[in-house]
Amino acid sequence: MLNYDLAVIGGGPAGMAAALEAKENGVEKIIILERAATLGGILEQCIHAGFGLHYFKEELSGPEYAYRFIEKVKATDIDVKVDTMVLTIEEGNKITATNNVDGLIEISAKAIVLAMGCRERPRGAINIAGSRCSGIMTAGTAQKYVNIDGYMPGHKIVILGSGDIGLIMARRMSLEGAKVQMVCELQPYSNGLTRNIVQCLDDMGIPLKLSCTVVATHGKERLEGVTIADVDEKLCPIPGTERFVECDTLLLSIGLIPENELTRMAGIDLDRVTNGAVVDEYRQTSKEGVFACGNVLQVHDLVDYVTIESKLAGKGAAKYIKGESEKGEYIETQGINGVRYIVPQKINSKTDDDVNLYFRVGSVYKGAKIVVTCGDKVILSKKRPRMCPSEMETVTIKKDVIESIPAGEKLTVRVEE
Amino acid sequence: MQFDVAIIGAGVSGALTARELSRYNMQVALIEKGSDVAVGSTKANSAIVHAGFDAENGTLKAKLNVEGTALMPQVCKELNVPYKNIGSLVVAYSEKEMQTVQTLYERGVNNGVPDMRVIDKAELKELEPMISDLAVGALWAPSAGIVCPYELTIAAAVNAAENGVGFFRNCEVKGIEDDGEYFTLDTAQGEIKAKYVINAAGVYSDTVARMIGDDSFNIIPRKGEYYLLDKSECSKVKHTVFVCPTEMGKGILLSPTVDGNVLAGPTSIDIEEKDDVDTTAAGLKLVSDNAPKSIPTINLRNSITSFTGIRAHTDRKDNDFVIGQSEKNARFINVAGIESPGLSSAPAIGKYVADIVLSLFPCEKKADFNPERPAPVRFREMSTEERKALIEKDKRYGRIICRCETVTEGEIIDAIQGPVGAIDMDGVKRRTRAGMGRCQSGFCGSKVVEILARELGKNVNDITKYGGESKIIYERTK
Repeated sequence: MLNYDLAVIGGGPAGMAAALEAKENGVEKIIILERAATLGGILEQCIHAGFGLHYFKEELSGPEYAYRFIEKVKATDIDVKVDTMVLTIEEGNKITATNNVDGLIEISAKAIVLAMGCRERPRGAINIAGSRCSGIMTAGTAQKYVNIDGYMPGHKIVILGSGDIGLIMARRMSLEGAKVQMVCELQPYSNGLTRNIVQCLDDMGIPLKLSCTVVATHGKERLEGVTIADVDEKLCPIPGTERFVECDTLLLSIGLIPENELTRMAGIDLDRVTNGAVVDEYRQTSKEGVFACGNVLQVHDLVDYVTIESKLAGKGAAKYIKGESEKGEYIETQGINGVRYIVPQKINSKTDDDVNLYFRVGSVYKGAKIVVTCGDKVILSKKRPRMCPSEMETVTIKKDVIESIPAGEKLTVRVEE
Repeated sequence: MQFDVAIIGAGVSGALTARELSRYNMQVALIEKGSDVAVGSTKANSAIVHAGFDAENGTLKAKLNVEGTALMPQVCKELNVPYKNIGSLVVAYSEKEMQTVQTLYERGVNNGVPDMRVIDKAELKELEPMISDLAVGALWAPSAGIVCPYELTIAAAVNAAENGVGFFRNCEVKGIEDDGEYFTLDTAQGEIKAKYVINAAGVYSDTVARMIGDDSFNIIPRKGEYYLLDKSECSKVKHTVFVCPTEMGKGILLSPTVDGNVLAGPTSIDIEEKDDVDTTAAGLKLVSDNAPKSIPTINLRNSITSFTGIRAHTDRKDNDFVIGQSEKNARFINVAGIESPGLSSAPAIGKYVADIVLSLFPCEKKADFNPERPAPVRFREMSTEERKALIEKDKRYGRIICRCETVTEGEIIDAIQGPVGAIDMDGVKRRTRAGMGRCQSGFCGSKVVEILARELGKNVNDITKYGGESKIIYERTK
């Protein structure tokens, strides 16, 4: 049994930022367990630019962004085990992991940070009819083939879903010489960042078909084409609008799911909307001493926000390990009227800092207001020129406001048109 | 190449027949058109070992089902294949349907099904706590079970191979000549001669029968569509839950699988093309509309994949299996029309067909026949201590490739290097479950491609999903 103060599961941007922040806050023995062959997580395959604009105030590629953290980790005495898969988390923060060097590893830690990231929804999640031929894969899988392994997964491409990975891959495949026929999006709006629509589709001359989906795949062995159809306001395909589009590859960018199998195994409460753990302002879960951050907690649009969130978790873990956690009542947060969820789901009334609430809205709003209330009292009201489900929103609640909230009250965030 | 017996078709019937014949001193070849065993009707069905009350009394279906179901636990034990004797329920939602339940009960008794009971609502609720409140009673058949059809077939094939059966995959039979002593099979891999031919070619068994002039039956392929649900749904379904059968078929069932997922389906639609395994929007909707009728809390949104199976239904009026010597040629044995309960019957079909062969070609038993297929390593099912010992022996069992199903590199190498080993992605998937989990190979796919290429000495861009043109990747990037 190896003993650590802090065990961080996942060595992507979230895990590294949390480990580094904990180190800076005086935690001594820290280990990062990473299942891939290197630190860096999914950033390693995101070779496009656009990372770090908020956090570093400069534009970096994914590997560059990761490199800054990898170098910092290397400069500390934080232990790192790569190619290492965590199999179980048991009562008392006991972790079992495995790799092909050490074999089975058992670790006991005072605190744990969960930073396993997320995975892409596969075809089965939306059940497209048709054949099960080859040539149908998630956009992220294709990204790994092209950027890490150096192979072309196809030549004539249709992309379903206008999430950021889908948009990035539309450009990437085009640059590698593939013909990207179109990007289809079920919703009447894109699910990606505006800058990605402009740079990845408009600039490359790739059509974006809104309110349109793939209803069938064709091909006995390799994919030969797909049938697409327009959808109505209930997102159901409209009969008669079906048309065939030739392609040998269908890339799916239809959403991300936080990878919370270990979290579930540990008996931690999950939020039904985020599919991540229910956490407080330091990202502590329902299990004392277990923290969660990054895409395993909520799917972020920008890695910069992952870093900010993960530093909070690292700081929280340090406070917990040193016995300095706040011991106040919890105030619940609640999203209503267009606000789908809020992270954190609860705030300690004796928190020692201002608290940012992160949330997403359910549809596109123009010129609407975000209103934060407590009981009948309006705490904050801010006008936003545009809000959409694909861009995470945030508001800051001051420490003194939090302190003034009576026990048992809820903090409510809503959209007011 | 000369054999005593050539079996055409490496589905569950062909593989278990091969295994039965491998007990005897005869030369047997198993010839398969596809890139692997278990890739036709066997691959995709309800994975149920039926109790045996469905088939009409006196039919071959009834006899072989009850016998096969009784043999299944022993066969699975010898082959180290997971089998669970969970029992099945036919649930009635009205007094009229209770009459159907009573009819099934009586038919089952006549067929020799053991221990069945007609149960009331209270007992049903106890057995299947999440069952719909609208249910009024059910037929409880405790002898029913579940087994993974391709796992059973692969294990039977491996065991047959280890007992001397010759395997030919990617080996379509294009024509058959007979000189009165030997059949000559014209195949994709050249001529194969055999004194006896067993036609276990599934949906193509009519095509193969016609090669010797036997047109006594036609196969009408019948499609069945399914959803496979995530393991998070498995706590909701304890037994195989049928609705009452109608003229339209057995209806949409819900059943746990041996791997802890839940199956919902199938539909039943006659189709034109024998290889039309496309799912359809209408078919999937029928499943998702009907599945919650038995278990209202079942969440079809937790589906991880959907698929289509093809049943080899015949046009014969008696609706029975077509098993026996062809009227056109006594050395040619048909094993055709093996639709439900074909999987349940398979162990008995193997014995039944072997007996026919032995009556024509008497043979001594082999002294060294080994009925056991060694259990493959299943890391995900091991205790911490077992895992420790395993990795100590071979570090490759310490490297997890498929994170959703916890499959190690060592297991994947075993699946490729073992007898009748995997030669493509789906072959690895069926042998190890790598890629069968929640992410459906999103993360491990490229690693499995690499391992396949390395172990088979091929280029990565020659690795396919299931043979033919089902390439995974093309050329190198610039």
